[in-house]
Amino acid sequence: MTVERLIQSRDEFWAAGFTGDLAELIPLLQYYQETHGYISPEGVEAIAGFLGISEARVYTVASFYAQFRFQKPGKNHVFVCLGTACHVQGGVDLANEIHEHLHIRNGETTPDGQFDFKEVACLGCCAQAAVVEVNGKIYAKMNREKLRKVLKEHQHA
Amino acid sequence: MKTYRSLVLVSSDARSLELGAQQVFQKIQQEVNRLGLDEEVSVSMVGDVGRHDAIPMVIVYPEAAIYGPVKVEDVPFLVEEHLYKGRIAAGLQASQRELSGRIAWISARKGTLPAEKRVVLERAGVIDPDNIEDYILHDGYQALGKTLSEMKPEDVLDIIKKSGLQGRGGAGFPTGMKWSFVAKAPGKKKYVVCNADESEPGTFKDRLIIEGDPHSILEAMIIAGYAVGATEGYIYVRGEYALAQTRLRNAIQQAKEFGFLGNNIFDSGFDFDIHIHSGAGAYICGEETALLESIEGKRGEPRIRPPYPTTSGLWGMPTLVNNVETLANVPAIIQHGAEWYRSIGTPSSPGTKVYTILGNVNVTGLIEVPMGITLREVIAIYGKGMKEGSSFKLAQTGGSSGSIIPASLQDTPMDFDSFTKTGVALGSGALLICDEETCVVDLAKVLLQFFRVESCGKCNPCRIGTERSYTILDSISQGTGTLKDLEDLKMLSDKMTTLSNCGLGQTAGTPLRDVMNYFRAEVEAHIRLKVCPAGVCPMSGRH
Ligand SMILES: Cc1cc2nc3c(=O)[nH]c(=O)nc-3n(C[C@H](O)[C@H](O)[C@H](O)COP(=O)(O)O)c2cc1C
Ligand code: FES
Repeated sequence: MTVERLIQSRDEFWAAGFTGDLAELIPLLQYYQETHGYISPEGVEAIAGFLGISEARVYTVASFYAQFRFQKPGKNHVFVCLGTACHVQGGVDLANEIHEHLHIRNGETTPDGQFDFKEVACLGCCAQAAVVEVNGKIYAKMNREKLRKVLKEHQHA
Repeated sequence: MKTYRSLVLVSSDARSLELGAQQVFQKIQQEVNRLGLDEEVSVSMVGDVGRHDAIPMVIVYPEAAIYGPVKVEDVPFLVEEHLYKGRIAAGLQASQRELSGRIAWISARKGTLPAEKRVVLERAGVIDPDNIEDYILHDGYQALGKTLSEMKPEDVLDIIKKSGLQGRGGAGFPTGMKWSFVAKAPGKKKYVVCNADESEPGTFKDRLIIEGDPHSILEAMIIAGYAVGATEGYIYVRGEYALAQTRLRNAIQQAKEFGFLGNNIFDSGFDFDIHIHSGAGAYICGEETALLESIEGKRGEPRIRPPYPTTSGLWGMPTLVNNVETLANVPAIIQHGAEWYRSIGTPSSPGTKVYTILGNVNVTGLIEVPMGITLREVIAIYGKGMKEGSSFKLAQTGGSSGSIIPASLQDTPMDFDSFTKTGVALGSGALLICDEETCVVDLAKVLLQFFRVESCGKCNPCRIGTERSYTILDSISQGTGTLKDLEDLKMLSDKMTTLSNCGLGQTAGTPLRDVMNYFRAEVEAHIRLKVCPAGVCPMSGRH
């Protein structure tokens, strides 16, 4: 990263009210993700430079917290529920289907940028288990076959 | 899990669908998006709501407002009135009738349930949480005024000690004693931290306290700061609690404008300031030392104790960490006195407790009741009994870190003392009521799955213990378990309980121990007979 870019991001952080105190690391990561969508390598560099700590230190902290994502979000957001009710109705199977079909794991995005995928604890519609959410829409009583169909629809949409 | 300000549920049983529930659902989504409310409002189809006289039915929580029958044309008005302007959409409500049946509802309204005793939730749902004047009109900041003008710090410590208040974050540690430790500890600077991380599944009491009455927490923190000699406070709020965070920020701003926060409060020479720290999605950060690490900008791994936070907490300084509900009791105690507080609850555990009731009862929701009420009473009075056709098998307390209580113990008074005597943990206040169709192996498996994922991995007993226990339970649920597995589970449970570094690992063994103690026959049936008596486990490895 060039010095100019570092200065630019420093000014941006200042403008947002950050001072450069070490305790601001997590709030900075939250701010960066909110404004840029995810924590990119440039983001890590910018934050490390701003706080005067190593990039490794930034990664160490960021990777601990489930909130942070390190890949650019895809066009379609797929959530598979693994909450208690969905777990019993085969939620794990659906997660495996994503893994086998799209070749991505929890928190990842497909190389073509079509889909990102996250496992979640409960989507609040347990009566419809097993549940998958795609772009905010709930798909109820899912199985592998239905899920494949839903994914296909979105791939071409 | 994401948390929303409002939950909109649309009935979607077969009859509702015939009458256009799907279209109503889509229209609500459209309108919510149009008004830019999609981050705050969750809309879901929920199946049969157990009431068929006014369908399609739309239910909006937390108010538990019931609309029906709702037509597509009604939706714009409904969404605008209720979700945008925040008032009941007149004329669309279904006839009053008690909701019974499959739907869980949360009601924070005063007086909806009998014999509730409200201390903590006294103002929640009654005042406008965004308006400090409303809080002041309802006796808000009086306790602070009294503290700063009439009391010395020792007097405050004394009254909290005499009140017998115990921590509501799970462990029940005497609050007055904790405050004294911090007051006595030497340090250039001291801190007060409010633990609002609340990430136990099924628990949302702290969120409702903050959303309903944010100033009470600020007031309590300022009083605590005065008592222990702290000048700065932090509120660590779970990241998903967006509305709670907004309300707190707004409350802090107003308190500053009114001179309740800042320098020289009430001309007393006492300074106090409060910051908000938003969590980032890690259950373990509810543990107090992990929480402190997280505020300092580190990985949320629990510290080794001693030293305890009371002597060496945030940045090595004496720090008071208290749960939201614990703090919410403080202003009332200062105002009405220790004796008044002791008149509620039991001699060993005075006061009230806020619970969330979930599961197979007719009415689920949030209640505040005196300490010492029994589980049987909670189910009968507040849960309005078990659902038709089901009978009580067990209750799971405290989200995930609590105990499993079998029917034989349902007459134990629920207070810290009696529970400890029977070897049960009260936990955070979630009560999951389960019926005969619940399989204990499956329940234990889900709980261990939670711990396995949330273990921070710092210490071996917890990291390996949760993983191994889960694998064993899984194999029992597949019908491939052996009798030796039972010994292993017992061993793992003991090791996790005694050797883990923090409370996560220490409580992860509890469900295993409880299942073995109270439901051993059922587990053995999975192994010896290769059947799941409740018909829940897959048993796919049987052949
Ligand atoms: C794994 C784990 C998770 C915890 N989560 C919470 C929590 O979400 N909220 C809370 O107030 N206390 C939680 N606690 C308890 C805190 O460590 C601490 O005891 C509590 O905040 C003290 O406040 P109190 O004395 O007012 O109860 C947790 C403890 C453990 C071991
Ligand atoms: S468990 Fe999947 S929606 Fe609740």
